[in-house]
Amino acid sequence: MLEIRGLAASINDKPILKGIDLTVPEGEIHAIMGPNGSGKSTLAYVLSGREEFDVTGGSASFNGVDLLAMEPEERAAAGVFLAFQAPIELPGVNNANFLRTALNAIRRARGESELDAVQFLKLARSEAKRLAMPEDMLKRNVNVGFSGGEKKRNEVLQMAILRPRLAILDETDSGLDIDALKIVADGVNALRAPDFSALVITHHQRLLDHLVPDRVHVLAHGRIIRSGGPDLARELEKSGYAQVVAEAA
Amino acid sequence: MPVVTETLDTVQSVTQSGYKWGFETHIEMDLAPKGLNEDIIRLISDRKQEPAWLLDWRLKAYAAWLKMEEPHWARVDHPKIDYQDLHYYAAPKKKQGPKSLDEVDPELLRTYEKLGIPLKERAILAGVDPGDAEEAARTPVAVDAVFDSVSVATTFRETLSKAGVIFCPISEAVRDYPDLVQQYLGSVVPVADNFYAALNSAVFTDGSFVFIPKGVRCPMELSTYFRINARSTGQFERTLIVAEEGSYVSYLEGCTAPMRDENQLHAAVVELVALDDAQIKYSTVQNWYPGDAEGRGGIYNFVTKRGACRGARSKISWTQVETGSAITWKYPSCVLQGEDSVGEFYSVAVTNNHQQADTGTKMIHLGRGSRSTIVSKGISAGHSNNTYRGLVRIAPQAAGARNFTQCDSLLIGDQCGAHTVPYIESRNRTAKVEHEATTSKIAEDQLFYCRQRGLSEEDAVGLIVNGFCKDVLKELPMEFAVEAQKLLAVSLEGSVG
Repeated sequence: MLEIRGLAASINDKPILKGIDLTVPEGEIHAIMGPNGSGKSTLAYVLSGREEFDVTGGSASFNGVDLLAMEPEERAAAGVFLAFQAPIELPGVNNANFLRTALNAIRRARGESELDAVQFLKLARSEAKRLAMPEDMLKRNVNVGFSGGEKKRNEVLQMAILRPRLAILDETDSGLDIDALKIVADGVNALRAPDFSALVITHHQRLLDHLVPDRVHVLAHGRIIRSGGPDLARELEKSGYAQVVAEAA
Repeated sequence: MPVVTETLDTVQSVTQSGYKWGFETHIEMDLAPKGLNEDIIRLISDRKQEPAWLLDWRLKAYAAWLKMEEPHWARVDHPKIDYQDLHYYAAPKKKQGPKSLDEVDPELLRTYEKLGIPLKERAILAGVDPGDAEEAARTPVAVDAVFDSVSVATTFRETLSKAGVIFCPISEAVRDYPDLVQQYLGSVVPVADNFYAALNSAVFTDGSFVFIPKGVRCPMELSTYFRINARSTGQFERTLIVAEEGSYVSYLEGCTAPMRDENQLHAAVVELVALDDAQIKYSTVQNWYPGDAEGRGGIYNFVTKRGACRGARSKISWTQVETGSAITWKYPSCVLQGEDSVGEFYSVAVTNNHQQADTGTKMIHLGRGSRSTIVSKGISAGHSNNTYRGLVRIAPQAAGARNFTQCDSLLIGDQCGAHTVPYIESRNRTAKVEHEATTSKIAEDQLFYCRQRGLSEEDAVGLIVNGFCKDVLKELPMEFAVEAQKLLAVSLEGSVG
C-alpha cells in the first residue's frame, strides 16, 4: 500500500506540491489527472527519488517503509518503477544488457539469484512477444533512435520484466496511437495482481477506457482537489478541468 | 579452466576497490649506479652482450639526446625530471637461465600470481609443454613476461617457431637474429626522432621482438605484460614487430605497476613494420599506477609508438585503453607508405583525480588510396585533464587518400577538462578528410534513469561510460575487452556523488 500524507515538495525554492494526501491500497490502480503544471510529474519524481526536488514536508511510505529515506535504486529494489514521460537515451548501451543489469541489481538487493544471459534472454523475448514488440528492440541501444511510441513501449517492456509492486506511469499514453495505447494498457493490465498497484498519470480518458482505474484523483495547484470513481474521468473529459478547479477554489 | 574464464576471474578480482597491484617484490636487484653517461650505456650494452653495431647505435642516440630538449607542447605539467637521478639498468639476479620453475625466483612467481597474469599460469612459466589435447583446443595466448628489464620467461616459443614466428625478448633477438634486428631497428622511429625516443634508443634494456614470415597467420595472440618494479628505475622498453608479405599478427600489451610515492619515468618505443598485404593489430590496456587522489605519485608514460605500412594493402591497427599513469604522452601513429594501405587508431583514455593525458595519433598518408580511421573517446573526471591531439597529413602524392576522424569527450563533474586538438594538412585535392567531434556530460537524467531501474550510481556511470566507449572496446580481442570494461569502472570509482 502506498500512503502519502501532506507531501510538499519544491524545486529551486519554488513550491510545486503543497500537501498531497493519497492512499493506494494493494491491488488497486489509481489515475491522477489534472491540468498542465499541476504537479503530476513532480509527484512521480518525488516518489521515485529524483534529487533535484526538495521534499519540504509530509511523508510517503510503501508497504510500511519510508520511501523518502531511500536512494532511487533502493526504491527500485523495493518495487517502485517509474515509466518516464520522456524516456532517456543511453548511447552505446544495449537494451537487453541494460535490462539484465537492472533486473539482476534488483534481484541481488532482494536476496534472489541473478539470471544468466540465457535465462534473461528467454524471459525478455517472451515478454517482448506478449507486448507485440519486435525482438530487435532488445538489441538496440536504450531508446536511441526509437520513435516516441517505441520509447513508451520500451518502458512498458522494462516494467513487464522488472515486475514492480508499484508502477508509476507518467503520461505513458501521450503521443501514442490507439493500437499502441492498447498495448500499453494491456501491459499494465497483465501485471494486475493482489500485490501490484499503479499510479497512472494521464491527461486523457482514452487510456482509462482500456485501463480501468479503481479511483481517479484530480491534481491542481499541488493539491488533490477531488477524488472519485472511474466516472470522474469521463466527467472531466466532457467538462474540462476548469470547472472542477473553480469548484475547489 | 578455459582462458576466458580465467580472465573473468582475474577481472573479478580487479574490481575490488583501490589499486590492487600496489605490492613490491623483494628480490635482489643488480642495479647500475644512478645517472646517465656513455659508461652506463657501455655497461648496459656489455651486460646484454651486444654486438658493436648496437653499442654504436646507442651512443649515436645518446649524442643526439644530449642536444635535444624535453618537449613542452603537450598539455601536461610536471616537475622537472632529473635524468641523472635514475637507474638505467636493473636486472633480477638469477643463477643461469630460468629453464624450469625451480630456477625462477619464487618471489617473482608470486608477483605474477598476484597480478593474475593469464599465462597458462605458473606451469607455463616453468616451461611445461601445453601438449595435451584439452590445452590445444583453447585459443592460446603466448606471453613474454617482462620483469623490470629482463624477460624472465617466454612461453609457447616452440609452437610459434614451428610456424616460423619469432617471438622473444629483443635482447635475445639481437644475439640470435642480428641481421633482422639491424635491418628494422630504428627504421620506423629513428634514434633522434624525439627526446624520449632518443633516450630510449640510448638505454633500452629489453622488450619484445616479433617476426612473422611471409604468408603466415600467427597461430595465437601474442601478449606481453610489462611491469615496473624497482624503486626509481626508469623503464625503457623497446618493441619491434615485423610482419612480412601477407602475414597477420595480433599483439596484446597489458601493463600494471606496483604502487609507490615517487614518480617513475617510462619511455618506451614500439616500432611496427607491415609489408605488402600484411596486417598488424596492436592492442594495449594500460593501467599503471595513476597516483593517489591528491595527485601524488604515479607513472609518467612518455611513449613513442609508430607503425609503417610499407607494403601495398598493408594494415596497421592500434587499439588502446588508457586508464592509468599520472601523465600519458602517447601518439600511436601510422605512416601509410603503401598504396591502398590502411591505418586505424581506436582509443579510450580515462583520466580521474589529477591525471593528465595528452594522447592521439598521427596518420601520415603517402601512398595512393591510403585510408585511415581515428576513433577517440576521452573521459575526464575529478580534476583531470584529457587532450586528444591528432595529425592527419595527406602528402601531395597520396591521391584518393581518405581519413575519417571522430573525437568524443565525456565529462564527469565540473572540475575536469577535455580538449581536442586536431591538425589536418591536406596537400592533395582528391583526398577526403572528415572530422567529427562531440563533448558531452553524463547527464543527471541518464544517471537517474539508470538508478530508477535499480542500478547503483557507480554501476550507472560504468554502464554509460562503457556505452560511450563501445566503438573502441569492440575492436579489442575478447579477453581484453572484458578486462577493459572492468578497468573503466574501477578507474572512475568515486568520480560521482
